Amino acid sequence: MTSGSSEKSAAKDSTGSPATGLGGGSGMQLIVPLQGVVQGSGGIVLGSLIPCALFYVLQLYLKRNRSPSPPPSPSDDGSWETHAISRSPSRNVLSPRGSSGHAAVSSRASSIAKSGGSPYFVGSRKCSEDPYHPIDNPDGVIQLGLAENHLSLDLIGDWLAKHMKDSVLNEQRGLGGLSISRLAAYQPFDGLMELKMGVAGFMGQAVGGSVSFDPSQIVLTAGATPAIEILSFCLADPGNAFLVPSPYYPGYDRNMRWRAGIELIPVPCRSMDNFVLNIALLERSYNQAKKRGVKVRAILFSNPSNPVGNLLSRETLHDLIDFATEKNIHVIADEVFAASTYGNEEFVSIAEVMNTHEFDMSRIHIIYGLSKDLSIPGFRIGLIYSFNEHLLAAASKLSRFSSVSVPTQHLVISMLTDTKFITEYIKMNRERLRVMYELLVNGLQQLGIECAKSSGGFYCWADMSKFMKSYSEKGEFELWKDMLNLAKIHATPGLACHCIEPGWFRLCFTTLTQKDIPVVIERIKRVTYRH
Amino acid sequence: MGIHHVDEINSSCLLLSRVATNDGHGENSSYFDGWKAYDSNPFHPTRNPEGVIQMGLAEHQLCLGTMQEWIRKNPKASICTEEGLSQFKDIANFQDYHGLPQFRKAIAKFMGKVRGGRAEFDADRVVMSGGATGAQETLAFCLANPGEAFLIPTPYYPAFDRDFRWRTGVQLLPIHCHSINNFKITETALMTAYRRALKSNIKVKGILVTNPSNPLGTTMDRATLRTLARFANENNIHLICDEIFGGTVFDGPEFASISTVLEDDPRLNRDLFHIAYSLSKDLGVPGFRVGIIYSYNDAVVSCARKMSSFGLVSTQTQHLLAAMLGDDEFTTKLLAESRRQLSRRHAVFTSGLERVGIRCLESNAGLFFWMNLKHLLKAATVEAELELWRVIIHKVKLNISPGSAFHCSEPGWFRVCFANMDDGTMEVALRRIRAFVYEANERGTTSAQTTKNKKRFDRTLRLSLPRRFDHDLMTTMTPRLMSPHSPLVKAAN
Repeated sequence: MTSGSSEKSAAKDSTGSPATGLGGGSGMQLIVPLQGVVQGSGGIVLGSLIPCALFYVLQLYLKRNRSPSPPPSPSDDGSWETHAISRSPSRNVLSPRGSSGHAAVSSRASSIAKSGGSPYFVGSRKCSEDPYHPIDNPDGVIQLGLAENHLSLDLIGDWLAKHMKDSVLNEQRGLGGLSISRLAAYQPFDGLMELKMGVAGFMGQAVGGSVSFDPSQIVLTAGATPAIEILSFCLADPGNAFLVPSPYYPGYDRNMRWRAGIELIPVPCRSMDNFVLNIALLERSYNQAKKRGVKVRAILFSNPSNPVGNLLSRETLHDLIDFATEKNIHVIADEVFAASTYGNEEFVSIAEVMNTHEFDMSRIHIIYGLSKDLSIPGFRIGLIYSFNEHLLAAASKLSRFSSVSVPTQHLVISMLTDTKFITEYIKMNRERLRVMYELLVNGLQQLGIECAKSSGGFYCWADMSKFMKSYSEKGEFELWKDMLNLAKIHATPGLACHCIEPGWFRLCFTTLTQKDIPVVIERIKRVTYRH
Repeated sequence: MGIHHVDEINSSCLLLSRVATNDGHGENSSYFDGWKAYDSNPFHPTRNPEGVIQMGLAEHQLCLGTMQEWIRKNPKASICTEEGLSQFKDIANFQDYHGLPQFRKAIAKFMGKVRGGRAEFDADRVVMSGGATGAQETLAFCLANPGEAFLIPTPYYPAFDRDFRWRTGVQLLPIHCHSINNFKITETALMTAYRRALKSNIKVKGILVTNPSNPLGTTMDRATLRTLARFANENNIHLICDEIFGGTVFDGPEFASISTVLEDDPRLNRDLFHIAYSLSKDLGVPGFRVGIIYSYNDAVVSCARKMSSFGLVSTQTQHLLAAMLGDDEFTTKLLAESRRQLSRRHAVFTSGLERVGIRCLESNAGLFFWMNLKHLLKAATVEAELELWRVIIHKVKLNISPGSAFHCSEPGWFRVCFANMDDGTMEVALRRIRAFVYEANERGTTSAQTTKNKKRFDRTLRLSLPRRFDHDLMTTMTPRLMSPHSPLVKAAN
């Protein structure tokens, strides 16, 4: 074991930033006295060979122990608001083996920790530093970039107030009451059966009863985020790829790339198709990947779509499944907004299509959760629903890394068991979403801003391309900055969602009240009048 | 290409990843066999008195009453009460991966308290994870690339093989420890393990230790901890200290945490040190799923915090714990009560076992003890250990964990958990052990040294532990069970 002081200083350099080694300076300090020694005993050859050899060895040693420079990848801090300007496919961030150095963190950690310096981070920061409030801060930054539903939280709060008697920690429940030992003890990591049953029931209600979901096909996780990650770990090996129709939810880049090492290949959807997936384009993306030697393991899509809000028709779902069957790959349907639909269009879950189709069900998986549809993102309840028993077995073992807190499970079980309340809630929530959506879309229309046809989700997908200085990524970025600095509105730009057409923005309306909509329209005018 | 109808099971297996289909989950280990036996036939005092008693699960159930009392008296801490309801909307809606500030502050405060106020923790370094399980995995993701390794002293908690390695691809290489010096980590053993790794061209990124130790139940002495810290510092490798049992230290010497070593020695490069923690053991709330990563390295804090999206703690739980752990009076009371209960339970078990000639490693922490059954083995082999273990599971009906599951280098050791049962069940467990020992005696080998052993055994039985309980114990000795060559006997002498 060698631990010279030179090593220590190199190591100190290396924490947080790549070590640059000792450089030529101290190398010379070695060589000069050596040359003196060698010259003293004669021999020009020795006098030059030995120091050169030593210098070479020193450089080799330093090179081997250098910290890794961050791998070239689009910078991404994983949060959906922040993406670098890059349309390149999101590649694996793992650096090649053997390049790590002294006391460094892992290559993965280096790149993740450094990201967050990307431009869109500024938007989130400004929102928290100067948040809009209709009375206290009417000129603050309006947050339209967060897909959180505040419209129906009161309904849940009211339910809770009414059902205090059934509170999980209430002593008066007697024999049926839950003592601390039941709340505190280890429970199955993939969730209590009662919660699985409750959620299966909720999912059935979300789709209006057209499907009956089986609780034994559920693995519960602490949110949809780990659900997707666990599914990725189970369906693909690092370096494999998923085809993802774009624009897509920016969080996927984090969920699948960071640790599972999956490459996401965007399959561009076009405004002329209302951003609905075109199977021919899917085929093309698949073949391109194959040519590159990348193994595609699954298609991943959100339905209702995030960020567009459109719904996939039964036919499209059929076609997707046929395609996946033909290529022998998986289908992952992210249906987290299933109960948050408001249009006239009917939401069709992939589970419903399966009932009427003859094919291998073991390749179909659904991601779901209660963060969106029940407005309880803080409680962390998500799930994988699958028809593949081997996958369920593996995912169930992996759920230990992301289990739902037991007291929360009990609280939500109580809530979901009240199916009458849930039906009412879903109905009222849908109505409130519809009202806000229409108000915002109409308001935008008056400014000449058209939106894609949406029937679900918490946002509208607005075409602001005519207000860009140039029809390009740069033009969109400039517009985004103007929105933030002039209009003081933070919205998610299409670039962050890998949209192939510049100028589209996702505007969330669920953190606003009806009175805020005219304020938003006035603010946007500050930008539209300038361009 | 047309649609091909493939056999369902074949196609589904073909389609899954390596992670999903390999043995990384470790559930084929013997560690879990006992659990399976328990699950299929669990003990219940009235409904199933012949069932298997669970002594393989390190759960702390001795202080739940104190906690329940506090919850009842503090309805505001729960959002499910009238008093707490006003908070509901904000709590239900909050999903920032930084966590509730009051939660982080309360955790930092509690961690300081567990260390007797000898170290202070910065709330901004507190990062959430999905239990300690998630904390270990996230640290592995942050500190090492696939194929790189961490050194770990044996015996160690079997689930590390899964939690630290399964999805991360990081290796765990053993630092062999032996009973001859009570399984302490020596510098020689550390060096040997490190050099062996280097020779095999495996890059060592750090060391992972559990302090207090699982399964030994011992706290690491300051000198050893300092040796580890200096070794890490000199070789520029990381040191992860899993201090999940920090609050279960019920006897001296006092708990020396890596945090205090760092405070004492400012020359150590703090970027190398990380603590994995959880409330599952100290507070006895594994169901809450509260894992904590506390790193002194800013890049690791930043990265782990972003990864915490994969294992955030429910805000309802954060809210409750923020109030509970922020209550100084309560936490003092709880920690004291916990120590008292653990100490009592530990004493009852170890003295009960000693009376039938079974020795345990002297321990002062944890929810278990490390029992020496070498003298009952047919041979000093892992096979013999597993054979004995199967007898204990199926005939004696106790689920204890064999040392080989913990990668112990010496066969014959078993981990026995004692904090997850009431006094009645504890009595039943002791009775069964006594009966087993009698039986083994009757079947056991005779020895010419019987009388000699008996004399030695008598001497060693002069226990320094106070006899707190009047048990109706056997008074006849079983000298043939005591190996005069056991290092523990020597220690006692």
